[in-house]
Amino acid sequence: LPSLPQAAMTKLGQWLCGLALLGSAWAALALAPPGLQPPAPLRQALLPLPVYLLVAFGCYSLATVGYRLATFNDCEEAAAELQEHIRAARADLRRRGLRL
Amino acid sequence: SGIDFEIIIIDDGSPDGTQEIAQQLEKIYGSDKILLRPRPRKLGLGTAYIHGMKHATGNFIVIMDADLSHHPKFIPEFIRKQKEGNFDIVSGTRYKGNGGVYGWDLRRKLISRGANFLTQVLLRPGASDLTGSFRLYRKEVLQKLMEKCVSKGYVFQMEMIVRARQLGYTIGEVPISFVDRVYGESKLGGNEIVSFLKGLLTLFATT
Repeated sequence: LPSLPQAAMTKLGQWLCGLALLGSAWAALALAPPGLQPPAPLRQALLPLPVYLLVAFGCYSLATVGYRLATFNDCEEAAAELQEHIRAARADLRRRGLRL
Repeated sequence: SGIDFEIIIIDDGSPDGTQEIAQQLEKIYGSDKILLRPRPRKLGLGTAYIHGMKHATGNFIVIMDADLSHHPKFIPEFIRKQKEGNFDIVSGTRYKGNGGVYGWDLRRKLISRGANFLTQVLLRPGASDLTGSFRLYRKEVLQKLMEKCVSKGYVFQMEMIVRARQLGYTIGEVPISFVDRVYGESKLGGNEIVSFLKGLLTLFATT
């Protein structure tokens, strides 16, 4: 496949190209007619590969989102500091003549 | 602080007394520091950016939420980061380093992380926080991006970063803390989620 310029291709286009590439490679090997089949062990591994990859990606997604959710920082100090700053700012502004 | 700055306040006739307070601030700090540029009625965020830029005299523009969920204390860090790498854009991120949020329940955090993960997979944007709106832009960069961006809401912030990458602009990141619900409730309902997904898929298919 000739190299296509990044800028000209949408993300959707990149995905379709990639899937077409992998899909046709898989189909050529796994669904080949009897005369051109690769050896049996390879075929047995190849056939369910798309489903395996999908499931693996699903697990990766869950694990990643789960990890990121668990490590999402809770900014307690920032909230407390903000309240303090608001107090100080209100006092300062009142001194300068602001009427709330 | 030694930094030359001005604050441009764009108010679309908020009924909560913003105008009066802003006018008092202008009297206290001077109209060279506080620029009031109100608009007659409620127009969108994108046009607010454009409106504000027309009156900006500096070389860089910091966009931030005015409800104190974004703390100005980060602005010097944005400036430092920009100088460090001569970045065109510095984006505040809640997801890296010691960035984070306060006031979000588990559901909100899960949606946030899930949406961000989906965005990373589909768009590979090269920035960790795409829906954040606390950013520093070079003025010409912001002007260029405003011409190209068409979306609304969260997706607008995402589109800015995606287009910036397309145009070859450099993006630096600074961890920030986002303190939600200082004033008022911040909701994330089904409508926002649906429009986010629609916008994400549109960006996926068109950029």
